[in-house]
Amino acid sequence: MLRFLTRRVLGALVILLIISAVTFFLFYAIPADPARLACGKVCPPETLEQARHNLGIDQPLMVQFVSWLAGIFVGRDYGGLGHCPAPCLGFSFVNRAPVFETIIDRMPVTIALTIGAAVIFLIFGVATGIVAALRQGKPLDKIASVSSLIGASVQIYFVGTLAMYFFVYQIQVFRQPKYIPITEDPLGWFNGLLLPWLVLALIFTANYTRITRSTMVENLNEDYVRTARAKGMSGRSVVLRFALRGALTPVITIFGVDLGTLIGGAIITETTFGLQGIGRLAVRAVDYSDLPTLMATVLLAAGAIVVMNVIVDSLYAVIDPRVRLS
Amino acid sequence: MTTPTSTEDAIDATSVTETSGAVGRSPGQLMWLRFKRDRTGVISAIIVIFFFLVALLAPVISMVYGKDPYTLYGQDIPGLLNDYGYPIQPNGGISSEYWFGLEPSLGRDVFTQLVYGIRTSLGIAVAATLITTTLGIVVGIVAGYAGGRTDYFVGRLIDLTLSFPQTIFIIAFTPVVESLLVPSDEETPVWLRAVTLTIMLSAFGWAGLARLLRGYVLSMREREYVEAARVTGASPARIVFKELLPNLWTPILIQSTLLLPAMVTAEAGLSFLGVGMGELVPDWGRMFLRATQVYQNDITYLIFPGVALLIFVVAFNLLGDSVRDAFDPKIKR
Repeated sequence: MLRFLTRRVLGALVILLIISAVTFFLFYAIPADPARLACGKVCPPETLEQARHNLGIDQPLMVQFVSWLAGIFVGRDYGGLGHCPAPCLGFSFVNRAPVFETIIDRMPVTIALTIGAAVIFLIFGVATGIVAALRQGKPLDKIASVSSLIGASVQIYFVGTLAMYFFVYQIQVFRQPKYIPITEDPLGWFNGLLLPWLVLALIFTANYTRITRSTMVENLNEDYVRTARAKGMSGRSVVLRFALRGALTPVITIFGVDLGTLIGGAIITETTFGLQGIGRLAVRAVDYSDLPTLMATVLLAAGAIVVMNVIVDSLYAVIDPRVRLS
Repeated sequence: MTTPTSTEDAIDATSVTETSGAVGRSPGQLMWLRFKRDRTGVISAIIVIFFFLVALLAPVISMVYGKDPYTLYGQDIPGLLNDYGYPIQPNGGISSEYWFGLEPSLGRDVFTQLVYGIRTSLGIAVAATLITTTLGIVVGIVAGYAGGRTDYFVGRLIDLTLSFPQTIFIIAFTPVVESLLVPSDEETPVWLRAVTLTIMLSAFGWAGLARLLRGYVLSMREREYVEAARVTGASPARIVFKELLPNLWTPILIQSTLLLPAMVTAEAGLSFLGVGMGELVPDWGRMFLRATQVYQNDITYLIFPGVALLIFVVAFNLLGDSVRDAFDPKIKR
């Protein structure tokens, strides 16, 4: 198990390194004047000079990349702008602060949004999938099929905005979505995020229902399930302990992908509900041509996907011992 | 997604041939026969064709209807928009003159905007789907057929592409590409935006299909008929085009029917985030961007593009399911 994990983690690190190199070269090598881009749209000449010097544009690209990479581990000094401590992902000339600080500041919003929605769509999706599989062809199954088709086809910028219009402005059962730190006001935190959670869950649940249903149907026809039934096990434990366990692998796969994507920035969701998370940060960075922030958000998003892949792989190994051998 | 009609009509190949006498039928004909019996599939196909017709005939529709998506009717003709720029008539200014109402503040006609917007979005999505599918086929077959080191490196490249955060990367990279292609003091030409979007969407889309096809080719490579072809001295090109490719059309067709609506929504999502087509070109996705700015006062402007997109994607997804059933009756939903 330990060997398996080390191999996976090393592989993930290699992918992250390649992604950071690719993004670095794409962002700094292609534009005619990276300092101009990094400095932002409104750029006083002295900042531009500083940016040019601090990015080390005059140095070879490889040196630039290595010093950027080294900054992540040992920090970096930005001349007159100040010091950027250890996990230094760059210095934003627009915000006049190390990028890492801004990211840490925005992270809780995205994490809270993701985790809350994930809890709802995972539980609800798997539960409806099981029920639909057990009631194949019955009305309940059909309702689940139709709603998962609609859920899979609907877009968050449409349904989210509609939900805002009806539930927030017309009948006013929800509050205007807003992030309030949980430490400050737990109830406000919950109320402020409830609508985005529900809308995200509406869209994501569909996939989980569909996948759980189809793998459950498959598993319920397996010999080992029939054997367990024949031996007189109760219906519930057959379903939960045998059939569901087999159905979990594909569910975990897509759950990992979804979590990774959402943590890396639920851009459209955050834009729709006006939540200031990582996704919004990235969009704003594009608007202001804030290159260092942009690069950091791209890396963070890639990191989230890669880390989730490692976690999913390890979970496979826990659920299914055969995986460890391959 | 199972409907009573489709399960009853999912008659397997043998019964179709039996009932119609001993007529020889190609797999394509059998597929068509099965598809025709699937009522859901036929209805979805009609809806999808309708959308494509709307896109193709946009100039004709606009001519018959008598308006275009560019004129600022609300600003030119008094009495249509109020002082705040919102339509005076209820429901977003719907009238016999302006079927879907008027765009707030700019006062453009929503109906023609939507028709032309569908044209733009579908055009980009179709181009991106074609490029993606071609890339996926080439890469998948090369990796699967060549095997060995090529396969290993292509496999890692696929892993890498799939780990890239697509949306964030596209919105981040679009300005960089444009700063490279267009001098900073010039306006980005319209066609360039469309090309950039198509390239970006294709650059991330191919990996999934390539991985799938690689798997198929890998298993087919060792089959007897491929071996027989190789023994009789067939060239690799002949093996790929005559032996492998005919067996791959089913997964390719199924995947590309699923890919197209995904491309449409991805393009719309990017426009919604402000990296899509510019203000001068009518675009399905950008209508959402504008709609989310004004929805508190004019929800109608959101409803038309939203419902149209929902109908399109639902129909396309159902069509994808029906195509799969028609091709492969063994897979029961």
